[in-house]
Amino acid sequence: MGIGTEEGRKKHQARSGWLLSLPALVLLLVGASGPLVIVAVYSFLKPGEYSGVQWIFSLEAWFKVLLEKDIFDGTISLADAHLAIFWRSAKLSLLTTAVTLVLGLPTAWFIATRPARSRALWLFLITIPFWTNLLIRTFAIMEVIRNEGILNTALLALGLIETPIQILYSGTAVLIGMTYVYLPLMVLPLFAAIDRFDFRLIEAGYDLYASRWQVLRRVILPIIRPGIVAGSILVFVPSLGAYVTPRVLGGGKNMMIGNFIELQFGQGRNWPLGASLSMVLLLIVVVALLIYVRTAPQEDRHD
Amino acid sequence: MKKILLATVAILATASFANAGDTLNLYNWGNYTNPDLLAKFAAETGITVTVTDYDSNSSALAKVEAGGSGFDLVVPSANYVPVFVAKGLLQPLDHARLANIGNIAPEWVDVPWDNGRAHTVPWQWGTTGVAVNTSVYSGDPNTSDIFLNPPAELVGKVNVVPEMADVMAMAIMHEGGVPCTEDLTVLKRVRDLLVAAKPKWRSMDYGMTEKMSNNDVPASVNWNGSTMRIRANNPAVVYGYPREGYPVWMDSIGILSDAKNVDEAYKFLDFIMVPENAAMISSFARYANGISGSDAFMPEAMKTAPEIVVPAEFLSAGQFLPTCSASAAALQTAIWTELMK
Repeated sequence: MGIGTEEGRKKHQARSGWLLSLPALVLLLVGASGPLVIVAVYSFLKPGEYSGVQWIFSLEAWFKVLLEKDIFDGTISLADAHLAIFWRSAKLSLLTTAVTLVLGLPTAWFIATRPARSRALWLFLITIPFWTNLLIRTFAIMEVIRNEGILNTALLALGLIETPIQILYSGTAVLIGMTYVYLPLMVLPLFAAIDRFDFRLIEAGYDLYASRWQVLRRVILPIIRPGIVAGSILVFVPSLGAYVTPRVLGGGKNMMIGNFIELQFGQGRNWPLGASLSMVLLLIVVVALLIYVRTAPQEDRHD
Repeated sequence: MKKILLATVAILATASFANAGDTLNLYNWGNYTNPDLLAKFAAETGITVTVTDYDSNSSALAKVEAGGSGFDLVVPSANYVPVFVAKGLLQPLDHARLANIGNIAPEWVDVPWDNGRAHTVPWQWGTTGVAVNTSVYSGDPNTSDIFLNPPAELVGKVNVVPEMADVMAMAIMHEGGVPCTEDLTVLKRVRDLLVAAKPKWRSMDYGMTEKMSNNDVPASVNWNGSTMRIRANNPAVVYGYPREGYPVWMDSIGILSDAKNVDEAYKFLDFIMVPENAAMISSFARYANGISGSDAFMPEAMKTAPEIVVPAEFLSAGQFLPTCSASAAALQTAIWTELMK
């Protein structure tokens, strides 16, 4: 009925299209939005006596995200402890993104300029760390940098240092760990961008008397920019919520957002505050993704 | 190796002959259950025990509270037993079904968190103190100043386990308060003390059994059984009982209200109160167990270990951590957050 007509066929296609995408929609609704709604709802409730929540509406948790009431004199001030923790996480994530970019760009360039056959091998090598669990990789790094670890033992044996360097439990240790863990996430999108790069453009640049620096800045970087943005987002977003690496390598003295949220759900017994902090973390990620979306159309122009 | 093989064979054999009902699900702290104990239980009763690990009281509570966990037995610490009971998560014990209930040492029967052992029986108990490597610091280890006011040799080197309840209790007792205090003058001193001490700590981490054994960390807040394991690897390490006050804890085992294998659970509780079996629990994790007569079956090294047998002069400094009220817990979390920012 009506299927023979142009309009009817379109309608039918639209309907079967909906039906075909139904499983995906259900999965998104139940798997992604469902838990998120629970987190959002919990952030507006009162904490339970020992754990969980009481079903009483309250804005207390959201109030506590940004403001704190001093437990000793009752004055209300900006929650500098929370802001310090958020800032530490953001700083570490930005630093990790910057370091992975600096290390990742030459690596990706190197791989993309290899002959096709060895290129597959190099890419394969980049993915090897993913074969092992994150926790095991982190403990492996610890084994390398601890006081009686591989690095210090080697430096001592070579006579370069006299006492072991304290790297473990420092900001440097966390940065080393994070860079190692997230480097592949930077290299792969950069490789994809450089792989599509038309190398004749470099020659054209030189023909027009551009210096090497100018070719890099004015020709290469703008064209592979989508790859840079994609890689930066892929590194920045998970770094922000990183939990294992700062805890194991950083010695746990200074909290990151991830550890702080965990405290609220565990020993802190304040699930609503944990939920509202999670929502704030999510908002930061959304902002980062919006930046990505706004930069993405550039990619079409160069395709 | 042979022993493990035999135990495995025994478990497999009993599993294949046992009917479907003969299983038991134990939810316990990680690295805390002696596999030989379970093999012996299986050999005697034909019941196969499956162990699932947790790493904190709060995560155990959250999982059990969510319902449908499928666990029969759980092993909360003293300050969490009243929480489990108040939420109706543990069923009252029928003492008539526990022939060995009389084996509980008298001092562990009428305990504040479970008077008359209405809901739980002892699993293991121990203390939280300080572990010190004497080759780095040879002074008196029996003080919480080791981490609250570190001696020059330990400045920048001491570790503090990130266990809020234990660390806060030790700092509060150091300032003359009682654990879970809501006295703001005491808490203010506690905050100042901790904030001033923190720059002198190297880390706030778990896993001291390994890290102090291999000299990565020279001093730490630590548990007694773990310290005994360290001393076996690194004889320079001693355990200190802070004279200002230190937490005593006990983990007790109870049957969950929604347990499916209640008969088997009762058999297990009765089984672990046999002195010989209680000693097997202790010989694995290196903590005392609270069952009379188990000493005779304990490994020789544990009977005299200074980590396990509390010296008389420090007995009175030990205090059980009560369950803090929500307001006391909120105060502690606020101080803790300020400390960790």
